[in-house]
Amino acid sequence: MTFDQIIENLRSAFGENIILSTDENATPGAIIIDEKNLLKVMVHLHAHEQLYFDSLSCISALDNGPEMQSMEVIYNLYSIPYDHHLMVKVELNRTDPKIDSLTSIWKTADWHEREAYDLFGIEFKDHPDLRRILMPADWDGHPLRKDYKEQTYYRGVKVEN
Amino acid sequence: MADTVQYIFDDQNLRRSEPAKYKPEDLKSEEMIVNVGPQHPSTHGVLRLEVITNGEEIVEVVPHLGYLHRCFEKHAENLPFNQTLPFVDRMDYLAAMNSEHAYVMGVERMLGIEKDIPKRVEYIRVLVSELNRLASHFVALGSYGMDMGAVTAFFWMMRDREHILRLLEWVSGARMLYNYIWVGGLFYDLPVGFEERCLEFMNYLKPKLQELDELLIENKIFIDRTADVGVLPVDLAINYGITGPMLRGSGLKFDLRKVDAYSVYPEIDFDVPVGKGEMGSVGDCWDRTWVRAQECKESVKIIEQCLQKLTGEHKRTRSFDPREMVPKKIRPKAQDFYVRAENPKGELGYFFRTDGRSDVPFRVKSRGPSFTNLSVINELAKGGLIADLIAVIGSIDIVLGEVDR
Repeated sequence: MTFDQIIENLRSAFGENIILSTDENATPGAIIIDEKNLLKVMVHLHAHEQLYFDSLSCISALDNGPEMQSMEVIYNLYSIPYDHHLMVKVELNRTDPKIDSLTSIWKTADWHEREAYDLFGIEFKDHPDLRRILMPADWDGHPLRKDYKEQTYYRGVKVEN
Repeated sequence: MADTVQYIFDDQNLRRSEPAKYKPEDLKSEEMIVNVGPQHPSTHGVLRLEVITNGEEIVEVVPHLGYLHRCFEKHAENLPFNQTLPFVDRMDYLAAMNSEHAYVMGVERMLGIEKDIPKRVEYIRVLVSELNRLASHFVALGSYGMDMGAVTAFFWMMRDREHILRLLEWVSGARMLYNYIWVGGLFYDLPVGFEERCLEFMNYLKPKLQELDELLIENKIFIDRTADVGVLPVDLAINYGITGPMLRGSGLKFDLRKVDAYSVYPEIDFDVPVGKGEMGSVGDCWDRTWVRAQECKESVKIIEQCLQKLTGEHKRTRSFDPREMVPKKIRPKAQDFYVRAENPKGELGYFFRTDGRSDVPFRVKSRGPSFTNLSVINELAKGGLIADLIAVIGSIDIVLGEVDR
């Protein structure tokens, strides 16, 4: 399916307003949806016969910084049998970023969401095991946020020079 | 000495930073927590596995990562694209050329110069990437043999890998972390005489790969240890995002070199071996290892074809400059971009967001194949024996540099 057909399919299934906007500039083409609709759209994308996005390649979280007051989560989907791609972007509130977990659909999401939680502090609702994955469990803050400041001391050892 | 701060000893330190997921009081009677790693040779690096066992049987495996976390993504969003390349090398340090190739391809496509890269440059890239793929598979196969108790295979593989590292050192000046493939070109052209030496090496290597099959892959003891162990069905593999030799071992013919047909791969003739379950079931540890061994032979084919092109159609000329297309300033226009390529371990993807105003990316996310492949370990090891856990870890073929980034 082409990008336009995918959009057409989603609009006919969920109504015109499901896709807030599209980003044709992105590679692969991206749709931007509301955080509340994420889970049902993803279930549809995964289960629909002609879409069948059976593999979730990557989840990238992104912090737009304190001025923009927003964070984004970007999902890269790929369908192995049909060889088509889709990028799905969701914008989140920066003060209390919360989003549905996709672990019920793709198991890939498990570790990728834990990584986003660890490095950005985004909370994934209904994630089975939301713990830090790369940083130590007693580390302060989320290092990939744009306004992150390293803690001065970690167990009595100076962190920054 | 006044500024020196002593690390404060506290016997709770480790428990606070890397607490076990399960507490001893939560376990059922007869169950036990066995901690494997981080300093254990069979975990292939600094990986810690919290293993819940019931006697000899594994109930659950909880991997703990992050011992080798070097903040690749933080570095990448503070440095210009070309200065990130040495960091890319250090992710999958056994296959640095392949990682560079994927990264460079992404940046070139964002700049829109991927069509202007000279053919000779592309062939050299594929040549060195495939050499590096051989080296990476040699480590995987050799160390896997050693995990299974076959030490000879490790020595043989390391001996042949040494030849590859020397060839690549001749090309780039470094043994493992090359910084050779640049955005828009290469650091240098191949050294004079490289093509002949490389071809000589290929002729030397072909019978050695045959010997590897006889020594390790078809060895009765090795088959007994790996066949029907850690069986990964293909639908589960896709759901976990498994790629590379692991997915092909489960029987799916899926290779990004064929599917995406990037670089000059469409001009090259090679097969994609898939696991058939010859010794046990499809997708067991033996199949994954067999796929790797067959891929080595395919890489040899690719290298020979590259060498043929590099000495024939695209041969060295006096005027050839591998840095001709290297941009002075790398400033892609504002966009989101996801690029992927076939690394020895699977799909290596990079997500870029650029703002169009600077040569520093706004965000780079790397989707490492080792990271994603490792996440399936619990499914593979659950219900098996502790000795089979070692077989499973080795067959996943992880590099901790990429798991932790």
